[in-house]
Amino acid sequence: MPELASSSAAPIAVAMSGGVDSSTVAALLVRQGKSVVGLTMQLWNQRRMPELAPDGPTGRCCSIDDVYDARRVAEQIGIPYYVVNFEEQFEEHVVKPFVAEYLAGRTPIPCTLCNNYIKFDRFLEMADAVGAWQIATGHYARVRYDTPSGRYQLLRAVDPAKDQTYFLFGLTQPQLARTLFPLGEMAKPAVREMARGFDLAVAEKGDSQEICFVPNGDYAAFLSAYMKETGVEEPRTQGAIVTSDGRTLGEHQGVHHFTVGQRRGLGIATGEPLYVIRTDPATQRVTVGSGDELWCSKFFARDVNWVSIAAPEGPVAASVKIRNKHQAAPATLRPTAEPGRVEVVFAEPQRAVTPGQGAVFYDGDLVLGGGWIE
Amino acid sequence: MQHSYFDHNATTPVAPEVLETLLSCLGQVYGNASSIHHFGQAAKQRLEAARRQVAALIHADATEVVFTCGGTEADNLAVLGVVRAAPGADKHVITSAIEHPAVLSACAQLEREGVAVTRVKAGSAGVVNPDDVRAALRPATVLISVMHANNELGTVQPIVEIGRIAREAAVPLHVDGVQALGKIPVDVTALGADLYSMSGHKLYAPKGVGALYVRKGTRLAPLAFGGHQERERRPGTENVPGAVALGAAAELAGRNLAADSERLAALRDRFENTVLGRISGAGVNGARWSRTPNTSNLYFDGVDGEALVIALDLRGFAVSTGAACSSGAIAPSHVLTAIGLDADRARASMRFSLGHANTAAEVDGLAEALEASVAHLRRISVHA
Repeated sequence: MPELASSSAAPIAVAMSGGVDSSTVAALLVRQGKSVVGLTMQLWNQRRMPELAPDGPTGRCCSIDDVYDARRVAEQIGIPYYVVNFEEQFEEHVVKPFVAEYLAGRTPIPCTLCNNYIKFDRFLEMADAVGAWQIATGHYARVRYDTPSGRYQLLRAVDPAKDQTYFLFGLTQPQLARTLFPLGEMAKPAVREMARGFDLAVAEKGDSQEICFVPNGDYAAFLSAYMKETGVEEPRTQGAIVTSDGRTLGEHQGVHHFTVGQRRGLGIATGEPLYVIRTDPATQRVTVGSGDELWCSKFFARDVNWVSIAAPEGPVAASVKIRNKHQAAPATLRPTAEPGRVEVVFAEPQRAVTPGQGAVFYDGDLVLGGGWIE
Repeated sequence: MQHSYFDHNATTPVAPEVLETLLSCLGQVYGNASSIHHFGQAAKQRLEAARRQVAALIHADATEVVFTCGGTEADNLAVLGVVRAAPGADKHVITSAIEHPAVLSACAQLEREGVAVTRVKAGSAGVVNPDDVRAALRPATVLISVMHANNELGTVQPIVEIGRIAREAAVPLHVDGVQALGKIPVDVTALGADLYSMSGHKLYAPKGVGALYVRKGTRLAPLAFGGHQERERRPGTENVPGAVALGAAAELAGRNLAADSERLAALRDRFENTVLGRISGAGVNGARWSRTPNTSNLYFDGVDGEALVIALDLRGFAVSTGAACSSGAIAPSHVLTAIGLDADRARASMRFSLGHANTAAEVDGLAEALEASVAHLRRISVHA
């Protein structure tokens, strides 16, 4: 490995999670002769709610093991390294809204909130505070400066399987101006190969999965445990399971157990498969129906952030992605009179448009912007 | 980059004289101090000589010194050992809200075992009021435990008065002396302490060795069971090199204490005066008039302490937001909270603890870096 870079320029702060991607970013920048400082964000105390993880708090984000791995990589590549504690901000801006959204019958994406309020906000501030100007992360995305428009643009990663721009639609121009995504031009296998080349101890470490603070993806159990721990009485959201033509088929244990498009776990035996069409926290009703009823051709997105372009005045043609694994579909974006509110009209109906998820607008690889599905 | 160390309350480097003694002992004295033969006797002699050196520093009798593996064990042995040895089912302990976790957590464990615990407050000066200790006394009180000097603030507690109260009530007094030893004079009899905790690595000896003074006649239940070492109070083959190093450090501290104190206090005051003169919205946490000579705890309003520690480290100055043991913790320091700081000011506070090797040039460099870093942090207004 190269010696610690002797660059006198302001260092780049690398957000190091202890995973292979961010470790490779740090090593790559050092190899390029950059001055680098490694920072790990401590976001969540994995010792909380031990009943959720009977086998102990390992293998998840912010575990002691991850900090150990990040520290080891930092030592190996010879950079200063610190753990910074953002637990309070993370709980306030990510976990609490996550809980509130579910209780309101929506299906939130905490990763986007974390990017908006923690990784590209609090972390940028901390980087600045310790004397770094630019930050680098292991996200799969690309940033470029567009001279004609004078704007920084966000683009999909070249590896479509790893592209993470769906979670990055909240980034602003000042944030993009200071952000490096060194892996955006690389495919995951090449990143792993590079990690092996650098002889990083984490080269063979598995990819992180699921929502980092929710063990085993069981968000309903997390919600219950969180409300119990924080002394909030769990709202009674039990109610009826109904069809769209008003027939009652049964009872459910709480709207937050259901998400649009869900098929399993309804507890109702019928001839044809039933899906959740919508949930309504006001009436605590879960409406179910055949798969046909899931298809929808338009919706409204709120709090839209225009990432790479100025806010348009009139309709814009785009391809729109309504969840991370969705194949972006052609649509027309119609700005409404209400600021930040956009009507999205698909050329073809799309399955399971889910309130609370993000809707991200693309023009080819370019991320035009995105907002939250109402 | 030059790195300057201003975190001596977290730990100290091993003094060269201590290192020399330690290495020669490690290399040559390998007998088991409990063995009958020549090798055992040689080890035993070194061990007992070290015990006399430690006893001399605190004006105790050598038979009253029990070697432990460090300050935390000494505190636990004192607190748990005295309470568990006390007769009766109804027991009560008085301690303070600004103790080290080694005492507070041991008290919390006693609570789980059914013992009542009173934590007396410390005022904004960071000093316990002896009257509060007197008022907390109950017929069931079996132990008073108050630290000699606070690890975060450096504030020296009125142990003599508390000792008098303890004697009148016939309650044993434990004093956690980890942050006082070597910085201010210690005379366990004058203090009225029945137990006194000491740590090697805060005294320019290595980590892994400490001691507990136990006044003759004090009833103490051991925490561990095994051999008969340390008068049945602390079983296990003695760490002779560690004890010898602690002894050497104790002797060194006794010899240099007056001169070191004066020099460190002058450096610390130079630092504080420079910083407070140049940086607005800053001040001293705790009483300036009653502190160990090496410690300065300052707040810089509007500054995130965590960011400041990192920024200073990247400029080559090692300082701390508080106790090293609680670094990375989300909650603000229990000491700063206990003396009435709000969460914002507690998070904007830093501990600077000087040591023997620090020079005036280093202190001036620190003040300069601090001024620049605080100004930068305020400019970008990073809040805790």
